[in-house]
Amino acid sequence: MTKPILELQDVKTIVNKGTSNETMILKGINLKINAGDFITIVGTNGAGKSTLFNVIGGNLRADEGKILHDGKDITRTTEEQRTAFLARVFQDPKLGTAPRMTVAENMLLATKRGEHRYLIPRKLKPNMDRFTTLAATMNNGLENRMTTATGALSGGQRQALSFLMATLKRPDVLLLDEHTAALDPHTSFNLLHATNERITKDHLTALMITHHLEDALTYGNRLIVLKDGQIKADFRGAEKQQLTVKKLYQYFED
Amino acid sequence: MSLIVSSIGQGLLWALLGLGLYLTFRILDFADMTVEGTFPLGAATAVAAITHGVNPFGATLLAIGAGMLAGLITGLLYTKGKIPSLLAGILTMTAAYSVNLRIMGKSNVSLLGQKTLFSGDFMQSLPQYFDSVFLGVAVIAIVTVLLVFFLATDYGQAFIATGDNPTMAKSLGIHTDTMVIVGLMVSNGMVGLCGALIAQNNGYADINMGIGTIVIALASIIIGEVAFGELTLNQRLVAVTLGSIIYRIILLAVLQLGFSANDLNLISSVVLAICMMLPQLEEHVHLKKPILKGVQPHD
Repeated sequence: MTKPILELQDVKTIVNKGTSNETMILKGINLKINAGDFITIVGTNGAGKSTLFNVIGGNLRADEGKILHDGKDITRTTEEQRTAFLARVFQDPKLGTAPRMTVAENMLLATKRGEHRYLIPRKLKPNMDRFTTLAATMNNGLENRMTTATGALSGGQRQALSFLMATLKRPDVLLLDEHTAALDPHTSFNLLHATNERITKDHLTALMITHHLEDALTYGNRLIVLKDGQIKADFRGAEKQQLTVKKLYQYFED
Repeated sequence: MSLIVSSIGQGLLWALLGLGLYLTFRILDFADMTVEGTFPLGAATAVAAITHGVNPFGATLLAIGAGMLAGLITGLLYTKGKIPSLLAGILTMTAAYSVNLRIMGKSNVSLLGQKTLFSGDFMQSLPQYFDSVFLGVAVIAIVTVLLVFFLATDYGQAFIATGDNPTMAKSLGIHTDTMVIVGLMVSNGMVGLCGALIAQNNGYADINMGIGTIVIALASIIIGEVAFGELTLNQRLVAVTLGSIIYRIILLAVLQLGFSANDLNLISSVVLAICMMLPQLEEHVHLKKPILKGVQPHD
């Protein structure tokens, strides 16, 4: 078996350390993510889904345990350093784009994710055709708004742009944090569809948090149930295909 | 006529202050009170250096350096010390007051009989007040071109993104702390330069000359925005300079009405407050409608 692209070894996080309110959020997560995995993650509120993403993303330190990227220990690296191989799409459309910059300018920023930026003139024009073609793949008219400030876009277009930006420079791991939850059902379906297409076509490794059990079952090759800071179930391949909403729902009861 | 020329010259020199604050206030979304201390710091540094025999050009460079140092301190207090932006600026500003007194040795130092950037043969050959217009145009042109270039680089774009959406900037690997510090240093360097030029133009540095500078800087920014409306980023930079000139002409008009120079800070605040309230007033009083109605032909 090949080395996992990302591995969590007994990761624990504690909030309000040293006070009477001390609580452990992640209670020892062990997870091996292989290249090409598309993992959907479900779990109750407070199960630790967002904390898991924050620990992987680096904006929260693991208090115990180790995180390995391609076999290398990255537990102590910063959020900025991890962006070299990691991309993220947030739930809130406002968080993923710079509102006063144009669609094309936002995309240009994303082409240099995790790289040093120098005092050399930006190359917006030479990239324009490429950006427009990419925008057209989202099927929501984004390609006609390349020079519009993103603050003037609809939520759906902004979120589609956030997704494009996350994949513009191929990430080793893509984190999707309920990235369609703030959208109306139709827009949400379209974006999920486009997401799935891109991930499967480009063989991206992705983790997607969702509250829709149907979506969790439809998409991806692996499904993880997070409960009370621990991984309660990890279904793969055929096992996942046989899973039903009813069976999955049992994990949410009691 | 000469009063108008003088106002334009003052507007050009003071525009540096507006441009400096534009970087922090508008682009980084950081209300930087440091400038109230940096402006006299630049003045004090330049004047002290000149009276100690440094040539005016070198003295002006020292003032820029001093300004950048003040910006660095505010930046470190904010990013590493986690002190709120407003308070970080106020701390540096307050500390700068003592530093400025140390630098000057007393509360007012004159440049009488000293060489300044305005005392060269060429400058003296210009008609009255045209020296400040000349130097103002030259400095503003250089600074504006440099800013336009900077903001259109990969680094400059990351700088804009930091102010626009820090969460996104971080998720793209942009070191937002560094960006804020760099922005504050460049901004306060420009403010220090402005202080140095104004002191040399006035012929003295005074410990209290920083009071009200943030309002003057904001006035140039806001007047430029109100007067010229929707603009691209590069046009906005030019609008700040024009706003600064308009502001000086407004002051001139008010002084002509019989107010004294002692009333300037009150007038500055009133002008800025009115400009900032214009959108609200517009909503409640519907100024535009009756005005438009008056000039439109009847059916």
